[in-house]
Amino acid sequence: MSSTPEIPIIPKIKLDTILNVVTKGFHIDKRPLLNYRNIEVVKNVAPNADSSVLVKLGHTQILVGIKVDVGQPFPDNPEEGVLIVNAEYIPAASPSFEPGPPDENAIELARVIDRSLRESKAIALDRLLIIPGKKTWIIWLDIYVLDHDGNLVDAAMIGSMLALAQLKIPYFEVDQVTGSIKIDKSRYTGSLSINRYVATVTVYKVGDVLLVDPTAEEEAIASASISISVSEEGNIVGMQKRGMGFFTEKEIEQAIDISLHKGKELIELMKRFSS
Amino acid sequence: MRQSKPQLIINGKRIDGREPQDLRQIKMEVGILKNADGSALVEIGGTKVLAAVYGPREVVPRHQEQVDRAIIRCRYRMLSFSTLGERKSPAPTRREIELSKVIREALEPAILSTQFPRAAIDVFVEVINAEGGTRTAGITAASLALADAGIPMLDLVAAVAVGKIDGVIVLDLNEVEDMYGEADMPVAAMPSLKRVTMLQLNGVLTPDEFKKAFALALEGINKIYQFQKEVLRKKYVEVEE
Repeated sequence: MSSTPEIPIIPKIKLDTILNVVTKGFHIDKRPLLNYRNIEVVKNVAPNADSSVLVKLGHTQILVGIKVDVGQPFPDNPEEGVLIVNAEYIPAASPSFEPGPPDENAIELARVIDRSLRESKAIALDRLLIIPGKKTWIIWLDIYVLDHDGNLVDAAMIGSMLALAQLKIPYFEVDQVTGSIKIDKSRYTGSLSINRYVATVTVYKVGDVLLVDPTAEEEAIASASISISVSEEGNIVGMQKRGMGFFTEKEIEQAIDISLHKGKELIELMKRFSS
Repeated sequence: MRQSKPQLIINGKRIDGREPQDLRQIKMEVGILKNADGSALVEIGGTKVLAAVYGPREVVPRHQEQVDRAIIRCRYRMLSFSTLGERKSPAPTRREIELSKVIREALEPAILSTQFPRAAIDVFVEVINAEGGTRTAGITAASLALADAGIPMLDLVAAVAVGKIDGVIVLDLNEVEDMYGEADMPVAAMPSLKRVTMLQLNGVLTPDEFKKAFALALEGINKIYQFQKEVLRKKYVEVEE
């Protein structure tokens, strides 16, 4: 059952300070409201993974890793390979995260990323098939939040996209007699084909002000947020409103404009990181 | 097994004979359960969703209570036989966990929860028959059940999905249109206050298509809102007699 989350107690003086600074057009760390914090990317942090990327967005740290595996395609979609996205908020990342199976926030994060990648056809799933209808590569994309300082969805999407861009498909041989597949992970058949880059820009509403990339403190006083995924062609490929507040029609339009604009910047940045 | 995509628009009409901007047939009922403080049944086309509300009531377990407001708890669930094809396992799926949260957050802005500190308001959404648009029907039903339970709200919440099928922006997707369409966008709003409380997009839209779809959704929401008000009014007229 989904329950109203416990709202962290924020001293009134801090709340007023943040609201005051935000109304003047700045984040509490003096950035303009529509600027992202510094983004840092470390590749191949877990060499045993088939691909792994650590993304640092200010103090937020997210680790994305991929393992590939051979299995059966979904019976309702035999012509395509399989992508499975999972997310976990590990208890090390924040005093409010508890050990246990992924909660509704982690599930929502994973599903938002999954839908945006799937619907935009960001990766060529059809080229992952080995034997149509029978054998395919399965991509297990796992997102771990290591340190929570706000704006997890955007950072998770950057990490996921870059991890997919790094991914190499292992060498394999199909045994013609038994149909079994031998995998040799020391060699590669090639890279995963990326059709297009996708970025997710989450627009937060703090007071009556819209902003992107809040710190955890700012995020805690945001009444609502909307995660908008955009493709490099400038299409909207996914949306999810989150939080207990609401948006007016005008705010939604503004949020779309912001995300189309910022999304383009993030995509350029991702392309630079992956080249 | 997934069949090849059928043609969804034939001579400008949809597979069930509707025009792009038409809703399916709607039927609403409130106060259908004896024990629940509020309840409602919403049917839209072949989709049938029941919502029940308990509360404000004591919070069990106690540690969940909040000193300054009532907590809202919500569970969205599909009955095991509600979908076409195989029986659905009664264990909660990831989709149901996400939708429980999405529905709670769609209702939360409307409920004056600070009037009931230390209490819980429980909303149960049960999908009896699923033919597309179950989360939106669930929100529409839940807000009726909340009103039926006498819970103070800023406005009712009404919801509907819009989408793109064969390149055409349409209102209120049915099951087939949802499965084979290019985009599905459920929207919920408080119509009188013009506040959007839920917005999801599963699919691809250009910014212009989005604008058109969003406007169509708000139009549809207004129509559903009129039905909601009518059915609530009718109940209280009956009580007076």
